[in-house]
Amino acid sequence: MKRFFQVAWVIVRKDFTVEWRSREILYTTLFFAVSCVLVFAFALVREGRPMEDAAAGILWVAIAFAGTLALGRTFERERQSETLRALMLAPADRPAVYVGKLAGILLLLGAVEGLLVPLVGVLFDAPFWARPGWMLALLLTGTLGFASVGTLFAAMLVRARSRDVMLPVLLYPITVPVIIAGVRGTAALIQSTPDEPMARFWVSLLLFFDVVFVTLALWTFEPLMTE
Amino acid sequence: MKKAYVPMLVVTALMFAVAPVLIARAPFETTMGLIQKIFYFHVPAAMLLFGSAFVCGISSGIFLFRRTPSADRVATAAAELTVLFGLIVLVTGPIWARKAWGVWWQWDARLTSSLLLWMMFVAYLLVRRYGGPGAEKLAGAMAIFGMANVPFVYVSVNYWRTLHPKTSVVPTLAPEMRGPFWFSVAAFILLYIVLLTARRYLEAQRARVEALHLALED
Repeated sequence: MKRFFQVAWVIVRKDFTVEWRSREILYTTLFFAVSCVLVFAFALVREGRPMEDAAAGILWVAIAFAGTLALGRTFERERQSETLRALMLAPADRPAVYVGKLAGILLLLGAVEGLLVPLVGVLFDAPFWARPGWMLALLLTGTLGFASVGTLFAAMLVRARSRDVMLPVLLYPITVPVIIAGVRGTAALIQSTPDEPMARFWVSLLLFFDVVFVTLALWTFEPLMTE
Repeated sequence: MKKAYVPMLVVTALMFAVAPVLIARAPFETTMGLIQKIFYFHVPAAMLLFGSAFVCGISSGIFLFRRTPSADRVATAAAELTVLFGLIVLVTGPIWARKAWGVWWQWDARLTSSLLLWMMFVAYLLVRRYGGPGAEKLAGAMAIFGMANVPFVYVSVNYWRTLHPKTSVVPTLAPEMRGPFWFSVAAFILLYIVLLTARRYLEAQRARVEALHLALED
């Protein structure tokens, strides 16, 4: 068990070091997320006022789009330098490799959300921080749900043809429950009187989703990544 | 299975020939009238959409962990049939909805979750067709995740909104409607088995041709 987390930690550190040298994925993903928000502003703002609940939708769609981009880029890097094979040849548990990769993606998305949440909150006049605990729980469980499926799919698509198109094609139908839960949960929190029982329902649904899909991913990562 | 195939095919054809008569003889529903008859196609197809998704998911799981090629063939056949029956559901549903609700589509729980399930299996076929080498494993993962996702889609979409008639209408059907309805369900299930068997056989023959081709080249 200790070795499992050691391997995962080494992979996180490796990914962080590589990313920190260029910060390519971080900066491009951040800018992409901001552009998404801008595009939505034109669609969902009428006479200077955003539509009701628009902020919740914009936030989660921006997270999903930026997340897809980050997932694709992270594994593209492994493919370009042929390092994924090295990673797979390493005498380490495959599930540990998955956990390491997942943690790296979560860190990256966490950084993106750190900018995105205040930005959408300010631009669309949405009090995301009215109930900070619930908001944080939604973001955490939602991002984990999205990334757990995304990391597995992005990893197995590395060797596939037309992987850039295939990732969203496979990922979005599966992660729809995450998007619905994220949007509805956030919308419940930014109402004039925050609806905490509703937020609690969505957080628990997301938690359940996370448990099922992380387990499933750990279970299928080995047979999927074996040539 | 091979011996039973032809008799099964004949029975299925006969059942589909008789079904319209039974459906025509069934009484008219008081509020919906003629449009209610779509129910005899729509509901059996929807049952098979969900059933077939599970067939595909389970055989994909067997394929991923046991590496049995025959399980993969069942999964492909089931995925194609999921998309086919899903298409029947998604075409007959709006025809009914236009009459009953006045719109072609409502973002209702059951409609949305059926559409999503259908899309997951379209994605399965897409990745299988265009994924390149090793695509059958990717598709297998998609099927397993899709199957695991069904309850989540169902719960989340249900909390999001609900309009569709409940499945509890089936036991409350008038007795004269019940006969034709279950007859249609049986006919659809038989059709499903016939198609699944044929498609699986085709896939097996294709694998044989490929193997022979490779043997010839060596």
